[in-house]
Order: sequence, then structure tokens, then C-alpha cells
Amino acid sequence: MDSTLYETKTDKLFKFFVYICLTIALIVVLYPLIYIISASISNPTYVNSGKMWLLPKDITFEGYRLIFGNDSIWRGYLMTVVYTGLGTFINLLVTIPAAYALSRKDFYGRGFFTAIFVLTMFFTGGLIPTYLVVRDLGLIDTIWAMVLPNAAAVWNIVIARVFFQSTIPKGLEEAATIDGASNFKLFFKIILPLSAPIIAVMALFYGVGHWNGYFNALIYISDRDLFPLQLVLREILVLQDMSSNSATMTGDTAQLIHSNQQLAAIIKYGVMIVSSLPVIIVYPFLQKYFVKGVMIGSLKG
Amino acid sequence: MSLGTTIANKSKDEINVTKLKKSRLKKILQNWQLYIFILPALLYFIIFHYVPMYGIQIAFKDYVPSLGFLGSEWVGLKHFERFFNSYYFWDLLKNTLGISVYELIVGFPLPIILALLLNEAKDGLYKRTVQTVTYAPHFISVVVISGMIIAFLSPTTGIINHVIQFMGFEPISFMSDPKWFKTVYVLSGVWQSTGWGTIIYLAALSGVDPQQHEAAIVDGASRFQRIMYINIPTLVPTMVILLIMNLGNIMALGFEKILLLQNPLNLESSNVIATFVYQAGLLDAQYSFAAAVGLFNAVINAILLVAVNQIARKTSETSLW
Repeated sequence: MDSTLYETKTDKLFKFFVYICLTIALIVVLYPLIYIISASISNPTYVNSGKMWLLPKDITFEGYRLIFGNDSIWRGYLMTVVYTGLGTFINLLVTIPAAYALSRKDFYGRGFFTAIFVLTMFFTGGLIPTYLVVRDLGLIDTIWAMVLPNAAAVWNIVIARVFFQSTIPKGLEEAATIDGASNFKLFFKIILPLSAPIIAVMALFYGVGHWNGYFNALIYISDRDLFPLQLVLREILVLQDMSSNSATMTGDTAQLIHSNQQLAAIIKYGVMIVSSLPVIIVYPFLQKYFVKGVMIGSLKG
Repeated sequence: MSLGTTIANKSKDEINVTKLKKSRLKKILQNWQLYIFILPALLYFIIFHYVPMYGIQIAFKDYVPSLGFLGSEWVGLKHFERFFNSYYFWDLLKNTLGISVYELIVGFPLPIILALLLNEAKDGLYKRTVQTVTYAPHFISVVVISGMIIAFLSPTTGIINHVIQFMGFEPISFMSDPKWFKTVYVLSGVWQSTGWGTIIYLAALSGVDPQQHEAAIVDGASRFQRIMYINIPTLVPTMVILLIMNLGNIMALGFEKILLLQNPLNLESSNVIATFVYQAGLLDAQYSFAAAVGLFNAVINAILLVAVNQIARKTSETSLW
């Protein structure tokens, strides 16, 4: 709505105030991001002494050289790609058909199924019983522990269901049924090709979750070969500061942490960039889909 | 009514019931393929959500792994009593509630304010830039966020302490001082999620009828007055729903970040129920005790959710159910 014509002096003043506030918000969020990028390619001495505060100083790519030469980072990257790919595939396999079934008014029991799914948003077994179930299933230290316990998210099923209900014309389903198409045929031949937007949104939501997830790995994975990137990062970025308490650790771990600490000083900022890179690259292109997904979710389902 | 008609009615009912059953069966058979669609999700929720719920009973048992959920011996409220009588009980409760309330007070209004401000800005490059940039931190992993916090706040090499020293103050060791933990946790959360949190409010604001604004302008309302009397009232239902959800999650802190930022020096103010459950259950393998603590947490959560929902329904006619 264009109301510039009716603006009074106080309105103009108010508008000025709005832009000032937005600029402050912009700077507060943007500054740390720029700082990390600059710090990752600056000479660490300048960074650590506070002489680098915005733009890179004495540019060096030594940090990145070390990152790309580090085996556990590469290994973590590879495993994260595997978990993200496999995990997202399973998520879609579970979410999309379930959401479609729940969107159908003639699906007997949809209320019941919706209720038992939604109930898990408010009541859970909690950390310990869930862990015990995963353990009893023999999933500990396997790839499956990273993908099966999060095979679906209720919220995403609800979002996808709302999509099916609101965008697929009912007539299409009826016409296909009259033509004698089975539900399978209807789903694969007609519904799926029309569902690209929601599949993309779901893949993004789940994919980013897998890419950034560390908690499942923390509790279910102790085999270093299966560590996702985030666990490797945790050792480099977070645990280094606690190495002073290494008295209780075995020599091995203490040594590992010590060498990590040396490494960490140089590559600290670089790994933040490298690990977030895929998300950073896709984000600007996909932002509007993310936003759309959240907005569908905000509707009453 | 004579006996005859009652019987007739009854048999009619019975016929209706059998008819209904038949049509129900027919409905199910007609769409049997849809049940195959729902099957993977159903299996998932049963195995990874309902079996663990059933497993909560170990909170009242002495869980022995070889005996499983069912076979272990009942011990009543032993684990709960141990928790309530422990010296750390009040600290855990205080930290859990303290961090949550702090987070709610600081973190809840900010997305609303930012959304109102963004709504006032003209659609264009600048507005889009602010949105793109403020959404972005939402996509950074908690591990990287924690790494950033630790790096920025380091007493010797962190940029924030360099600024503090530049202004002539003593450097602060934020991460090893229990006094600072809650603030660091909450403010970093604000930095990460305020922008993203505006989306829902912006969506609600875009639904305001422009005629309302036009009418208000004709009546001589200023921009600020229009925000106060048109925009904010529009947001109230969304606010109430989000507030209920937040309050209902007050005990379920995002403990991934707490766990990452926690160290022995700030434990005094960073130890919350969730991290304690992790420590006692998974690191010390006290399964039953940890499950009891977790259950206590969940029960308080559920009570809060129901209570807040009830209050909201009474006072604002908006509620989750």
C-alpha cells in the first residue's frame, strides 16, 4: 500500500527511525558472519591480537590448506553427505505418502492416524527409553542410527498434508478414479508429478537438519570412522577449550585433543565456513521455498 | 411407545449398524493402497515413539538390560525420591527455569518487533537484504554457533574482549564465569533465531486488509497509531499460539547448545535437567534414574502446556485445542 502522499512530519520521522532500527539489526547479524570469513583468510596473529576487525589482513590460505589436508574432516564430510542423502531419501519416502494418505477425505481412519502422529509432538518417551530402543534394535554405531530414529517429523507431515489438501484439485482425483486408476497409479502418475514444490521444501527442511545435526551422532556413534562432520567440528571448535581438564582422559584422547588444539588455532574460522558452505551456497536460491514452507506450516492444519 | 415398535426400532438400529460396518469395510477395502502409504510412517512412530513411551516404565523399575523394559523389577518411586532429595535438585530446577524464562522474556518479543519494523519498510532491495541476512543464522549448525561463541568470547583472543579492553575495561572470561552463562546462551539464541522468527508474523501482517489502513489514514492516524491499533491486534492470535507453544516447552530447552557450551567451570549455572539426564543416563548408564528425571521434566512440561492453554482460552479465546 502506498501511503507516502499522506505522510506527516512525524510519520517521516517514524520511518527514519524504522530504517535506523533495521540497519542496526542488519549490522548485528551481518558483522559476525563477515568477521568469520575475514578471519578464515587472515594471518592468525592479527586475528588473535584483535588487529583484524572487519576486512582480512595479511591474506593467507594456510588454514584452508590444512583443512583440506585433514583426513578426519574429509571423512566427516563424506559421512555427512551419506547421512544427508540417505536420511533425506528415507524422510521423503515416509513423509510424502503418509501426508498424501492423510490428505484424502475418503481415507478411513485419517483422524485416528493424525491423532497418534500429532500426540508424539507433546508426549515422548524421552532420551533414555529412546536410546534403549535404538540400542536394542542393534543400531548403535551403524549408519542406520543416524537416519532411522528421525525418519519423519510430524510437523513436516502436517505441512505436506496441507499442501496436498490445498493445491491438488479434488476433481483430478475423482476423474482418475472414474477412469479406473488405482490409488497407486493415481499417486505415482498424477499426484507426484504435481508435488515437486512440496518435495523440494521437504527435502530442504530434512536435508538441512541432517547436515547440521550432531546430537544423534553424539549419543549413537562412537566409532570415529562413522563420525559426521559436526562431531569432528565439535572436537576442533568446542572441546579444545576444555583440554585443561584432561586429567581424567586417557593419554590417547588427551594427545588427540592437544594436537587438535594446535590445529584449531589456525583452522578455527575456516572450518566454520567449510562446514556451512553447502547450506550457504543453496540458501539464497532456496530461501523463498523455506519461507513458503514455514508459512504453510503456520496455517491451521 | 409399544413394545413392538421398540423392538422394530432396535432391529432397525442393528441393521443400520451392520450396514455401517459393511460400508466401513468397503471404504477400507476400496482404499487399501492408502494404508500401504501410511504404513512406513506408522511403523516409524510406533517403533521410535510409542515403544519408548511404553519404556518410560523403567523410571519405576530397576532397569537391567538383560531383562528389558518388561522383566525388570518394580521399585516404585525410589528414583524420583532420590532425585528430589539430591542436593543438586534445586540447582537443576532453578537453572532450567531460569534460562527458559530469560530466553522467553528476551527472545519472544524481538521477532514481533522486527516483523513490525520490516512491515513498515518499503518493499525493495533493502528490505529483502535485511530479511535474507537476518534469516541466515537459522541455518548455521549449533556446533558452529557454539564454536563462534567460544571463539568470539575468548578472554585472550576473542574480538569481544579486545573491544572491551580497547574501551579500557578488564577482559571477561565469559565461558568460565557462571554469572555470564545464561546471558551468553540467550543472546546468542536471539542472534540466531530472531530473523527466522519474523516469518510467521510477517505472514500474519500481510493478511491485514489494506482498507483498514486507508480508513485509518483518512481518519488522520499516524503510522505509529496504525501499528498500535491495526497491526499489533492482528498479530495477537499468532502471538498467543506461539506463546503457548513456548511456555509448553519451557522445560525442554534446546539442550544441544547448552551441552556444547557447558564446561566444568560454568556448570554451576549451565547444568539443566536435560543435560543432567544425558550425563546420568548415557554417560553414567543409570538408565532408570535418568528416565525418572526425564519423566519428571516431561510431566511438568505437560502440566504447563495444559495450564497455559486453558488460561489463553479463557482470556483471549485463542488456544491450541
